[in-house]
Amino acid sequence: MGAEHLPTSEFEIVELEQALAASDPADAPDMVQLLDADGVLQFDARFSPFAEHLDAEALRGLYRDMFLVRRFDQEATALQRQGQLALWPPLLGQEAAQIGSGRALQPQDYVFPTYREHGVALTRGLQLSSLLKLFRGITNGGWDPREKNFHIYTLVLAAQTLHAVGYAMGIQRDQEDAVSVAYFGDGASSEGDVHESMVFAASNQSPVVFFCQNNHWAISVPTEVQSRIPLSNRASGYGFPGIRVDGNDVVAVHAVTRWALEHARSGKGPVLIEAFTYRMSAHTTADDPTKYRLSSEEAEWRQRDPLSRLAKHLRGAGTGDTFFDEVAAEGEAMASAVRAEVLAMEGPEFEQSFETVYADPHPLVAEELAWHRKYEAGFADTDRSGEGN
Amino acid sequence: MSNTLIFNLPDVGEGLVEADIVSWKVKPGDTVAINEVIVEIETAKSLVELPSPYAGVVAELLAEEGQTVEVGAPIISVQPAGAEAQAEPEKPGGDALAEALPAAPRETPATATATATAAAAAAAAAPEPELKPLVGSGPKADAVKRRPRRSTGVTSPITTTADAAVGNAAPEDTSLANAPAGHHHGVSDSSPAHHAPHVPPVPAAPSAEPAGLRHRRADAQAAVSRLLNRVLAKPPVRKAAKDLGIDLADIVPTGRGGEVTKQDLLSYQAQRDAELDQAETFWAPSRKPQEQRIERLPVKGVRKATAKAMVESAFTAPHVSIFVDVDASRTMEFVKRLKASRDFEGIKVSPLLILAKAVIWAAARNPSVNATWTDDAILVKHFMNLGIAAATPRGLMVPNIKDAQDLSLKELAIALNQLAARAREGKTQPAEMQGGTLTITNIGALGIDTGTPIINPGEVAIVAFGTIKQKPWVLDGEVIPRWVTTLGGSFDHRVVDGDLSARFMADVAAIMEEPALLLD
Repeated sequence: MGAEHLPTSEFEIVELEQALAASDPADAPDMVQLLDADGVLQFDARFSPFAEHLDAEALRGLYRDMFLVRRFDQEATALQRQGQLALWPPLLGQEAAQIGSGRALQPQDYVFPTYREHGVALTRGLQLSSLLKLFRGITNGGWDPREKNFHIYTLVLAAQTLHAVGYAMGIQRDQEDAVSVAYFGDGASSEGDVHESMVFAASNQSPVVFFCQNNHWAISVPTEVQSRIPLSNRASGYGFPGIRVDGNDVVAVHAVTRWALEHARSGKGPVLIEAFTYRMSAHTTADDPTKYRLSSEEAEWRQRDPLSRLAKHLRGAGTGDTFFDEVAAEGEAMASAVRAEVLAMEGPEFEQSFETVYADPHPLVAEELAWHRKYEAGFADTDRSGEGN
Repeated sequence: MSNTLIFNLPDVGEGLVEADIVSWKVKPGDTVAINEVIVEIETAKSLVELPSPYAGVVAELLAEEGQTVEVGAPIISVQPAGAEAQAEPEKPGGDALAEALPAAPRETPATATATATAAAAAAAAAPEPELKPLVGSGPKADAVKRRPRRSTGVTSPITTTADAAVGNAAPEDTSLANAPAGHHHGVSDSSPAHHAPHVPPVPAAPSAEPAGLRHRRADAQAAVSRLLNRVLAKPPVRKAAKDLGIDLADIVPTGRGGEVTKQDLLSYQAQRDAELDQAETFWAPSRKPQEQRIERLPVKGVRKATAKAMVESAFTAPHVSIFVDVDASRTMEFVKRLKASRDFEGIKVSPLLILAKAVIWAAARNPSVNATWTDDAILVKHFMNLGIAAATPRGLMVPNIKDAQDLSLKELAIALNQLAARAREGKTQPAEMQGGTLTITNIGALGIDTGTPIINPGEVAIVAFGTIKQKPWVLDGEVIPRWVTTLGGSFDHRVVDGDLSARFMADVAAIMEEPALLLD
């Protein structure tokens, strides 16, 4: 071991220990927290003003959003296990980071999500079942991004940060009052695209907020192995503010995001927000986290569940069972509606692929379509199960 | 029972082709709700619990525990709640109702019933789509099968109107009446007029009702028998056959759907018993058809993994094995005293515990045995993840005790017990088998003296613990009975030379001879 030992993707325990030692909590940046683990509101001179407008009704609204998206996530996971979806990336544990930030956005702002931003999608008003079309394999998108200013899910991650900065540069040229928001994770932060996007954003002082959900695991690689310093510290290298916020504290996330949006909107340039959270479930339904992380770690984070923290606060402030029962019932109704919508989703007809080659009719495509129809008609049975792909 | 809902094994990972049924959480007759866990399966990637897509009463389990099932094959059928009122078997993703009334919620059977009547005309009693391919990136359930083509002479001319398509379909329909079951599956779930080239034969609606139903039943059965790809029998028959040691494939089925009936099984058994009476020995040739004289056991799962690991280890690491006889009498006394001590009350203590402690102790004195070979470096571990080879219901597993060097004797005993208990129950998790640094294999449990174990890949040493029994032993010039065991060890010679392996084994042996040395 020692200097001659090159790090590999299969990191050694020793390296991990060194990295963990380097990330001593004492060196960690201050983490903004407005709702502590016991659900008690804290005061922060810089950010509390940005949460002042959250009255009891608004907080209940945030809870409802988080609860509904969690219930939706459960239903989608079950649908995958039932063969109705090819894959599903669960968001369990990241509800506060997504709902808190999503609810801070203005309608004219534009979101560039990863494939896990189900909570943000909810805040943008998307029909939740439309998120499942992609994972059912019947479309390449699922919704019109321009309707709710919510871009389609990015699968090759980190690319969306470049799109977001490009969009922000467009906002500058159009002199709009909007902010572009790039959602990404700790894993994508290791990719080159993120670096390029931050360089361009800083250079142009573009109105973009980089919202990084550090959920601690890039599939099976822990953050400590990817970065020797806290991710939010990276912003200073590019020359714009970086803030670490407790990603399981929906109030703090909301306040910090509002601050960042205001900063970007007023022409002061980009902001990096690192929402410190945890992916409590698998990376996707095709992943088994027991193979790379300890259940004790999961148990520790389960105690910091963003929903139970807000529930604690709400109950402390006098919200009764009626509210929670209503939300639960609403969740069940939403889940069965989503299920029904998914089961009713039909794949596109194969012939559609001929229609999207050229904008106008084309003789070669017409000829190929005729050949295809003839070929299809030539089977003795009418079973088309071999078709597609 | 024609409108039971069938759940096919989904691809729960990305591109999986099969999975093993680990355990059923429901049995026929149980009531299940949507998303209630019904079965645990093991894929190449992980153990997964499957939630029920249907609400109702379990009709049949179509796959047995331990069976390897292909993705797309039916595993359970559920009689939906209020089934008698439901006109159409509900099929995932392939429901004509949905197209007719897109907004209609389908969560309750009652609503479905209401829409069913309304949509009956639209559906035009078209045969239900047979089991569709799974949505997923994995291989299709039966994509390899060639679809039969019409002979060129009867190929219908291409037409674009629905009327013509229906007209053309008529002769085809008659020809299909003679075709073997399984060819006639209506597919299009959408309105025929929109997709003329794909229209299944659609008889006129009023007269079609009984024929449609009949077709549907035949289709459902044919679909099942085609996809099942194995002998059909009801679970009681299946179980009886299993109990009797009869392979269902040997029985001539006479059931209506091609299934082996109880009567078939009984008559086969009577015939077999008669034959067995005549047969003289175990090797008698008449017992089985000629082609079954050799039994084929598919290599998969743990067996496959074990084979791969052993070949990899045996052919990359040059093994050296050494042995030492040990007078373990004091270990036996020590174990006896531990058992009696109040501190160890309720904890199972065996000589394996002392050996484990001895191995940890000896490895600390000879650190290079606790290492990994890489081509450019030897990685010596300053921690001991002590592997224990265990025969489990799922096959040979080597779970390890993490950081065993930090455990007291009592903690080690508890860890060993837990590890053994989990292994016996087949609950060993993949994480428990990773990161091992040195392994003990306890072959003595089966009364074996010693052996030459193969090193667990990624490690450089393994210790085989033979049986402990009373043998003549020479002590101070006299032959006396002592508790004697043989320790065997295999070492990777790339890392561990002869003198090191000898010193390590001598250290282990020293503790077995005098456990009190652990005190220093």
